[in-house]
Amino acid sequence: MKRYQNLLMLIAVVVLVALPLWMVKKPAPGADGKEIPVFAGADDKAKELVGVISPDYKPWFKPLMEPPSGEIGSLLFALQAALGAGFIGYWYGCSTTRAKQKQALQKEARC
Amino acid sequence: MHIMEGFLPVTHAIGWSAASAPFVAYGLYTINKRIREKPEQRMLLGVAAAFTFVLSALKLPSVTGSCSHPTGTGLGAILFGPAAMAPIGLVVLLFQAILLAHGGLTTLGANIFSMAVVGPFAAAAIYRLAKAAKLPFGPSIFLAASLADLLTYITTSAQLAFAFPDPAGGFAASFAKFATVFAITQIPLAISEGLLTVVVMNALARFNAPELQDMNVTTVLEVKI
Repeated sequence: MKRYQNLLMLIAVVVLVALPLWMVKKPAPGADGKEIPVFAGADDKAKELVGVISPDYKPWFKPLMEPPSGEIGSLLFALQAALGAGFIGYWYGCSTTRAKQKQALQKEARC
Repeated sequence: MHIMEGFLPVTHAIGWSAASAPFVAYGLYTINKRIREKPEQRMLLGVAAAFTFVLSALKLPSVTGSCSHPTGTGLGAILFGPAAMAPIGLVVLLFQAILLAHGGLTTLGANIFSMAVVGPFAAAAIYRLAKAAKLPFGPSIFLAASLADLLTYITTSAQLAFAFPDPAGGFAASFAKFATVFAITQIPLAISEGLLTVVVMNALARFNAPELQDMNVTTVLEVKI
């Protein structure tokens, strides 16, 4: 039952992620003919909102280093996720093996 | 929830850094103490940190037509106590601020405060409340992790509204605007984070039952089921 439950939860996560892709339509280009980006980062939207609320505000510090392109940015994000996922996979592998060996030992002890 | 580099006035940047620093320091102290006393929990600390690494790297689409990311801090907060997540959050945010120009050094304090202080403390408190209310294990974890995620983004909205009050409506009007950008987008992501946290917690309960009991996360009874 537990395993079934986990599978259902993982499916729910996939649906939650995929649903917006299908639901949200790409907005029509604005009056000036510029394309309005869809699925932009919320952080960038907040940045724009700061410009709307206080048009006089000037950011007083620039990032020391910016990824030279969107691809390099994706590379670094993928690296971050891979590090995390790699460790979780390692822990999961260790744990299942340990559980199996324990079971085998108990079986042997019973014989 | 990343406030971009330079997008907080100097006084706010300093103020939030000063507010976050003690949590990071105390968090380091609790982590050190815990690992010295119980070295067998080192692996679980790694899992908690890794979970935050993965989840905060995933920018997911939301129904509002923008993208945002979960935080993954609820799991570690429930396992190791909320303070332990502050240094872990610092590492993640520093990585993104320096290499990715995502977030920033001047806004690091404010971002630590929302993601690695408010979120984890909310998660730990909600988990305790849910346990006191005798909710089952899964739903308790789900509520703690997803509400912590949401509260992180509400904190960011409040931080920005505090720094940039609306000329007409003041803090409240500005907060409403930032919250529509952050909090509404975050609702489906918070649900995803809650579900993923339950999946990992189920695995932990299966493989690391003794440690979890030791950490007071589960009782013997729950694990046997």
